[in-house]
Amino acid sequence: MDASPITKPASGPVTIRRHALATRVWHWINALAIFILIGSGLGISNAHPRLYWGRYGANFDPAWATLPRFPAWVTIPQNYNLAISRRWHLFFALVLAFGLLGYMIASLANRHFQRDLRLRAKDLSPVHLAADVRAHLQFKFHDEAHPGAYNPLQKLSYAGVVFVALPLVILTGLAMSPGMDAAWPWLLELFGGRQSARSIHFITMAAITAFVVVHLVLVILAGWRRELWSMISGRWRVAAIERGVPDDADARAEAVR
Amino acid sequence: MIRRRTLIASGGAGLLLSGCDRVIAQPQVRDIIFKGEDMHRALQRALMNRDALAPEFTPDQRSPYFRTNGTRDPGTAEYNALRAGRFADWRLQVDGLVARPLTLSLTDLGQFPQRAQITRHDCVEGWSAIGKWQGPKLGDVLKQAGVRDAARFVVFTCADLYGGAPYYESVDMVDAFHPQTILAWAMNDRFLDVGHGAPCRLRVERHLGYKHAKYLMRVTAVDSLAGIGKGQGGYWEDNVDYDWYAGI
Repeated sequence: MDASPITKPASGPVTIRRHALATRVWHWINALAIFILIGSGLGISNAHPRLYWGRYGANFDPAWATLPRFPAWVTIPQNYNLAISRRWHLFFALVLAFGLLGYMIASLANRHFQRDLRLRAKDLSPVHLAADVRAHLQFKFHDEAHPGAYNPLQKLSYAGVVFVALPLVILTGLAMSPGMDAAWPWLLELFGGRQSARSIHFITMAAITAFVVVHLVLVILAGWRRELWSMISGRWRVAAIERGVPDDADARAEAVR
Repeated sequence: MIRRRTLIASGGAGLLLSGCDRVIAQPQVRDIIFKGEDMHRALQRALMNRDALAPEFTPDQRSPYFRTNGTRDPGTAEYNALRAGRFADWRLQVDGLVARPLTLSLTDLGQFPQRAQITRHDCVEGWSAIGKWQGPKLGDVLKQAGVRDAARFVVFTCADLYGGAPYYESVDMVDAFHPQTILAWAMNDRFLDVGHGAPCRLRVERHLGYKHAKYLMRVTAVDSLAGIGKGQGGYWEDNVDYDWYAGI
């Protein structure tokens, strides 16, 4: 508790606007879509639980992975039904793809991407990243001086999901569609064949699942009530906020007391 | 503490998953989810040219072994008799909304201009196999039969039985007249074998495998799928909710 003399006195508890409406709406629609897509996708996997590289791949071809049979409690529907798994999967694939597209357009327009997810050079410096890892290990997730800003690891993982994993899972999904392969043959060139696309689709799903697990654990550790409420209402109550800090994350943090 | 929360969370996830089963049991929800098929069809048709070709491959890109699926041998008395005669007595009926119904032998099919294509067969289960197919374009056969403007679908009736009724499938006129839609009598430069649909099967290359009806006996142009089977346009569509539009 050594208050450095230059530090300006902090104001009392304030509420900042943390998440734009577009972010919140997309977050929850997407959460539902991801949940249903993973469950129904595991159901589809059970129909042929072997993964291949290349253009073709069936029972007599060498598989690089033989997947376990996913149990009823993680699949949609619970009891194996390929047709119904596909119905769920293909409906929510549209929700995922068009939801992401809408969120991207909105987040460019409201500058969420430029302001909150842009990785600056200093975010990626080894010193900064190491400090952020240490902070995470001490369960300190928010810079008290900039409570509205994402930390570097957060930026990296959110940007990784939004700009890499979700587009990749959508494009590999499209590459598996025989109709889309006629419409956009470059999809197959991009991934090295339909069975490669299917393998990458599965691997990306696993990465997204890992993100969701870590995300949920960190939300719990960071105080799930407050975090959950901020993604519903957009508002976030913080203990204190310094005024006049020249950071655009704070500049938009309207203190509404 | 975290363990307990994790336990509650995963229990909650399980409840949500089983909730999906209860939700789709509601007819209104089911109708919405099943609309996904129409949305995909509309989007795909908007994104591709009517005659956009499925990818074709070189001979060395073929699967070393092309597995069979579905019926591997119809085994009916009629089929066995045709098979014993090496399909010399097999005839394909082309009827329905046509000016000139046709009865075609394998030799007749060979008289049409032939198309050979090396394409990928994608099973709904997830596997793919690449093979070469040859036969006349369905569009040429339909033209020769004088298909009427009122025809909106083409129905394929097969020699193999499912639950006592012949397997059947259907496509719309866009796919019926697609340049890669052929009545294949040869596979990998040999006569089609029984496992792959001898003597003749449909290839409709922008669709999943179950649309590629094997053991063809009859090709019928119709204006509606209602009244055929259970009205959904195919055996699997009728009985286990597979998508009729199988380009997805």
